[in-house]
Amino acid sequence: MRALAKDNLSLLIQALREEGYEVLGPRMGEGAIIYGPLDSAEELPRGWIEEQEAGRYRLKRDPANRYFAFTLGPQSWKKYLHPPNLCLYKTKKTDQGLEFKSESWHKKQAFLGVRACEMEAILKQDRVFLEQLHPDKPYQERRESVFLVGVNCSRAGGACFCVSTETGPTLKSGDDITLTELEEIFLLEARSARGRAVLGRLPTEEASSHALSEAARQEEHVCRQMGRTLDTEGLAELLKNNLNHPRWKDVGDRCLTCGNCTMVCPTCFCFSVEEMTDLAGLESQRVRQWDSCFSEQFTLTSGNSQRSSAEARYRQWMTHKLATWHDQFDESGCVGCGRCIVWCPVGIDITEEAAVIREKDGASHANS
Amino acid sequence: MKKKLAVWKFSSCDGCQLSLLDCEDELLTLADQLEIAYFLEASSRIQPGPYDLSLVEGSVSTPHERRAIQEIRSQSKFLVTIGACATSGGIQALRNFADVRDFLSVVYARPDYIETLDKVSPISQHVKVDFELRGCPINKRQLLEVANAFLNKRRPNIPNHSLCMECKRRGLVCVTVAHGTPCLGPVTQAGCGALCPAYNRGCYGCFGPMETPNTAALAQRLKDHGMSSQEISRVFRTFNAEAPAFKEESLRHEE
Ligand code: SF4
Ligand code: SF4
Ligand code: SF4
Repeated sequence: MRALAKDNLSLLIQALREEGYEVLGPRMGEGAIIYGPLDSAEELPRGWIEEQEAGRYRLKRDPANRYFAFTLGPQSWKKYLHPPNLCLYKTKKTDQGLEFKSESWHKKQAFLGVRACEMEAILKQDRVFLEQLHPDKPYQERRESVFLVGVNCSRAGGACFCVSTETGPTLKSGDDITLTELEEIFLLEARSARGRAVLGRLPTEEASSHALSEAARQEEHVCRQMGRTLDTEGLAELLKNNLNHPRWKDVGDRCLTCGNCTMVCPTCFCFSVEEMTDLAGLESQRVRQWDSCFSEQFTLTSGNSQRSSAEARYRQWMTHKLATWHDQFDESGCVGCGRCIVWCPVGIDITEEAAVIREKDGASHANS
Repeated sequence: MKKKLAVWKFSSCDGCQLSLLDCEDELLTLADQLEIAYFLEASSRIQPGPYDLSLVEGSVSTPHERRAIQEIRSQSKFLVTIGACATSGGIQALRNFADVRDFLSVVYARPDYIETLDKVSPISQHVKVDFELRGCPINKRQLLEVANAFLNKRRPNIPNHSLCMECKRRGLVCVTVAHGTPCLGPVTQAGCGALCPAYNRGCYGCFGPMETPNTAALAQRLKDHGMSSQEISRVFRTFNAEAPAFKEESLRHEE
């Protein structure tokens, strides 16, 4: 474990840039911290934290003036690895027939500030896109070239529950370098060969035992601070056994079917693919974009939507995250980041819905 | 033989027709593919029907318009309404919430010269409409997509989901959650590209109700954000006042 002076954080960004990476990380957006290009540590939202509640997010100043005291904003790294709009290929009509063209990805990107839950979300999306018979090329190209700088959280947000989902708050694996921000210094740990190469370029020294115990205390503190809890014990079975629970109707009455929860969720991967033709009928583009199980058209088959009610759509989404994801990928689809809770315009809370169903387990007698 | 295009105007502001002229670069390609047979806003040259594709702007608010739309329908193979007026009444449908005679006596010196209908109605209340393109005004890219789909004999790719999905794909920060600004995005159909949230304003619902609008749940949220019943009633009553979901919600909050 190495120690880096706080003022030297810019050197990490500089080193990554010198290695040819475009550095992306947290920046101040319109009233929220979002991800974007970073030229120096000056651009980080240092000294800002957020108040996060169901359906509510507000930034505020934190006198401790840390670099990474904030937690999660509305965006996740999936916007880079699985872009919201992407042209898969172009087709052109020529005298010799159809000509297909797809562009390869050759940018090198570095994500600075990947939290533990976000790292787990990336690993879950890896299973979706890569661990398949036919790996998804656009995802693969982006994922293989990305350099990940993880950051252990020093504070939990109002909707965080990574302790319940066992996905945080401390990074376990997957990133290239892990940062821990302490009061006076950063702790740095390299986890890959390229991580070691970058770390080697920085003016670090061996971390003191005092710093290590401060990091351990900080971790304990964050664990105690979780804004939410989710009882995961037998949860998948519980939900599957309660498909006709009256709570689904209740949440269906509140849900706007707006799809915000799926857009902000770092593990939601659904997309639709469209062919966009030109007016002359000579060229077309095959475009894919984020779609959502909350959209009626998403399950439209021969004229009918398979999930016409809000109730059916919310149930589909939540049972996929917490129950049927296990059947598909041998794990849960939720990393406990709480984004779906905060960014739901009406503040529907997945942990609360799960708790109510558990409380009145078997409330529906019509289960088949 | 090129397909014949006609563009018709009913009670409206002409903004949607302007969106067609606004296509600039694509307009020439469009004119290559389609014969512009009737489009008074662009040319006084008129060709007789029948027409392969009719774009209809505006709502029906006079007895004359009520007759005209029947004639246009009978002359058109495909009829597509363009804009909020044609699709759900437009601003002029606000008079449906009052007695039109009261307006007439206030606005006109000689109300007896005015021939008008009691209620303003969307085109689909009068004739069969093959496709409705939303918006106040319509979005140019969506208009081209409709023309394109027509030329290539396929269904237009015009999503009916919420504006929020467009807002989020664009990477905007939600104005409701992060700023407490009331926004109609969750119940409004996408299509504008989340124009207002991009300028830190809430959505005004120009594209009308999305596929499954839960206006009651959103209205509750607007109330939590400090809007009065009267304000809630009015916010659902702007450009798409005759759209059933918006109309009903608006009436629920009328004092
Ligand atoms: S379901 Fe909600 S809490 Fe779980 S990973 Fe998705 S956004 Fe985060
Ligand atoms: S749960 Fe919330 S964010 Fe998700 S679709 Fe329903 S209202 Fe929208
Ligand atoms: S700003 Fe409006 S349109 Fe955008 S996500 Fe929020 S509620 Fe939806």
